[in-house]
Amino acid sequence: MDKFGFTILKARHINYDANDKSVAEYICEHEPTFRVCIECGCCTATCTTGNFTSLSLREINILIKRGELARVNENLKKCMLCGKCTLVCPRGVNTRNVITLAREALKNKFKDAV
Amino acid sequence: MQFDPFVIPFNVGLYFILIYAVVRSVIWFRGLSRPDKLRLQRGFFGRSFGQSIREIFMESLIHRRIFKASPRLGYMHMSLAFGWFLLILFGTLEADIFGEKHLNPPYKAIFFKFFNPDHGRSGLEAVWAFLMDFLLAFILSGLLLAVIKRVWSRVVGMKKTTKLKALDKVAMLSLWSVFPSRLLAESFTSGAYGTGSFLTGSLGSWLSSFLPAHEMAYPFWWLYSLSLGAFFILLPVTRYMHIPSELFLIFARNSGIRTGDRAGAFTEMQIYSCSSCGICIDVCQLNFSTGITNIQSAYLLKGIRNDKDVSDIAFNCLMCGRCDQNCPVGIELTPIRMIQRRAGEPQLKAKSLLKRYFPDNPVVQPLKNGTEPAFAFLKPQEPEKTDVLYFAGCMTHLTPSIKNAMISILEASGVKYTFIDKDGGVCCGRPLMLAGQTKEARELINFNSELIWKSGAHTLVTSCPICYKIFKESYYLDVEVLHHTQFIKDLIDEGILKLNFSRKKVTYHTPCDLGRGSGVYDEPKEVLRHVVRLQKTDADDENAPCCGGSLGNMKINHHQRHKIAVDAVRMLTVKDPDILATSCPLCKKTLAAATGTRVADIAEIVAEAIVPADPVKRFTDPLHRMKQPVI
Repeated sequence: MDKFGFTILKARHINYDANDKSVAEYICEHEPTFRVCIECGCCTATCTTGNFTSLSLREINILIKRGELARVNENLKKCMLCGKCTLVCPRGVNTRNVITLAREALKNKFKDAV
Repeated sequence: MQFDPFVIPFNVGLYFILIYAVVRSVIWFRGLSRPDKLRLQRGFFGRSFGQSIREIFMESLIHRRIFKASPRLGYMHMSLAFGWFLLILFGTLEADIFGEKHLNPPYKAIFFKFFNPDHGRSGLEAVWAFLMDFLLAFILSGLLLAVIKRVWSRVVGMKKTTKLKALDKVAMLSLWSVFPSRLLAESFTSGAYGTGSFLTGSLGSWLSSFLPAHEMAYPFWWLYSLSLGAFFILLPVTRYMHIPSELFLIFARNSGIRTGDRAGAFTEMQIYSCSSCGICIDVCQLNFSTGITNIQSAYLLKGIRNDKDVSDIAFNCLMCGRCDQNCPVGIELTPIRMIQRRAGEPQLKAKSLLKRYFPDNPVVQPLKNGTEPAFAFLKPQEPEKTDVLYFAGCMTHLTPSIKNAMISILEASGVKYTFIDKDGGVCCGRPLMLAGQTKEARELINFNSELIWKSGAHTLVTSCPICYKIFKESYYLDVEVLHHTQFIKDLIDEGILKLNFSRKKVTYHTPCDLGRGSGVYDEPKEVLRHVVRLQKTDADDENAPCCGGSLGNMKINHHQRHKIAVDAVRMLTVKDPDILATSCPLCKKTLAAATGTRVADIAEIVAEAIVPADPVKRFTDPLHRMKQPVI
C-alpha cells in the first residue's frame, strides 16, 4: 500500500540514486553560471539548429541535471555553437561554455561523443 | 700575454651557442614544408635579403616598434641590444687595430683590457677608450632601467611586467651581472695601471686609492667570463632564445612564410621569438578591464615553450587581435592561438634535459576521421536563381533593425537579391572554428557553399563581420564576398543610392573581425562621411577596442563582458557623439547594453538617410491620383 494505489509509468521514473550526475558537477565546477539557469527556454526559442531539428538546450540542461546522459549525447553534437543562446539568456548563463564542457565530460563516457 | 684560464667559461659558452644556433637552424629549416623551404631559399638569396637585414637592424637592435609603444621601454631594450652589439663590434675592431696581431680569437676582444692593460693612454687609443667607456655607460643605464622595471614597471611606461620562471631568472641574473662585472674588472685593471677613460679610469683610480686594485681585478675578470658563459649555456632553455630565433624569423617572414592553420617549424620559430616584453599584456582588454592577467599571449607562448597545459589560456581570449597589432616582434599571435585551440587535448611531454634543448615540434592532433557527420539533419535546399545573395547571419537575426535596414537598402537599390537566411539559416561555421572543432565547422561550410553555388549569385553580402571573415578565409567560393558596408559604398559610388546628409555627430567603432581580422577599415568610414559628420577618436582603426561580446572567448561570464563593454564605450564616446556607429550586430548588442548613447549599425544610419523615391511623381501619375483618398 506504499503507493496508495497509484502507479507511475516506467518511462517517467527518475532514479536520482542510479543516475550519473558527474557531468552536471563537472560543468558547475568550471562554469558556475550553469547553476542559475531557470529553464525558461529562451535559448531553445532562438536556437539556430532548433530551426532544422529537435535540439532543445533547455531539455539538455534538465537532462544533464537529472543525469540522463544518453539522450544528451545524442542531441549535443547537433549544436553549432553560434552563441545566440548566450546573448538572449536572461540569467547570463554562459551557454556556449556549458555545451563545450558537457562535450568534454561526455567524451570519456561515450565512444561516439563529439 | 696570450691566454689565461679565466677565459675558458666564456669560450665554452660561446662555441656552444654558436654550434647550437647552427644545429637548431638546420632543424627548423628541415621542419618547414616544401613550398616554405623554396620560399626561404628564394628569400635568402633574393631581393628580400636587404629588407631582412634592414629589419634586423631596426627591430632586433634599435627596437623601433617598442620605442613607438613606450620610449623608455624602447631605450631599455635598445641600450642592451644595440649597445652590446656596438661594444662587441668596436671591441673586435679595437683588438684588431691596437692588439699585437690581426684576426684575434673572440676572447681577445671581449677581455681586451686584461690582455692590454696599458692600452688607452694617449692619441687615438684614448679616443677609442672613451668610446668603449661611453658604450659601457650606455648599456649600464639601460640595465639600471631593467632592474627598476622588475620591481616598478611603470618606470618604463608599462602597467604590468611578465612573470618569469626560475630558469629565466637565473639567466636574467647572469645577464645582469655581465656588465657590472665588466665595469669593475676594467676599472680595477685601469686603476692598477693608471689607464682608462672617464668611466673605468675615474672609478679605477678612486677604487685603487683604498683597495689593492691589482689583486682585486682578477676575480672580477673570472666573474665576467663566468656570467657570460652561464648566460650562453642557459640561453636555449630560457626566454633569451628570442635573440637568435628572431633573426631566423625575420628572414622567414620576409620570404613570405605565414603561420597558416597548421603548427610547424614556423610556428615554433615564432614561439621562441617571444621575448616576454609584456606589451601584449598592457594592450589586452582582459587585463585592464577585467583584471585577468595570466592568459595573455606572452604567457601562452611561455606555456607552450615549457610544455604546460595551455588549453585554459588558449580558450580564454577575445581573439580581438590587439596583441597581434602591437607585438614588436610581429608574431602572429591569434593564428597561433587558433592552432592551440584546434590541438584539443594538451600533450604533456617528458622534460629531459635534452628535450629542453631540442624540443619536438608542437604536436597537433589529427582530425578525427570516420566519425558520423554531426549535422546530418541538414537537408539540401534548392534556392532560387539570383544576382545578389544577402546572408544576414545568426547575430543579425537578434538585431532585427539591422536586417530591416538592409532589406530597405536592397529594395531601394533595385538589385535582384535573395535573402537567403530569411527564415533562419545555418551558422557560418566560425563559432565552431573558434571553439577548435574544425571538422564540424567544415560540414557547415560545405553546406553553405553548396547553397551559394546553387543560387548562381555573383555577390554575397553579409551583415556580420564574423561570417564575413570565414567567408573570405575558409570558404572556396566563386562569388564576390562583401560586408554590407562595402556593398553600400559600391551602391553610393555608382550613384544607385541617393542619401540625405544629416548633421549628427557619429563615432565609428571598428569591429575586431572586420578591422584587424579582415583589414576592412576605410569603406565603413567613407559610407558614414556620406551621411553624417564622422568624428575621429584615439580608438580608431587598429586601436579599436573589442566590445567584449566576442564569440572567441569561451570562459568569461557576462559581468566581465559588461566591464569590457563599459570600458570600450568610454574610449569611444570621449567626444560625446549623437550616435555610436558600428558595423557588427554583436558589437551593437553588446555596446548598447553599456551606454546611454544611441548605438546603430551603419546600415540603419544609411537606411534612415535614403531619399524617398520621387514623391512628386505620385501626384502627376493619374492612376495614383485616382487612388488618393478624398479629404
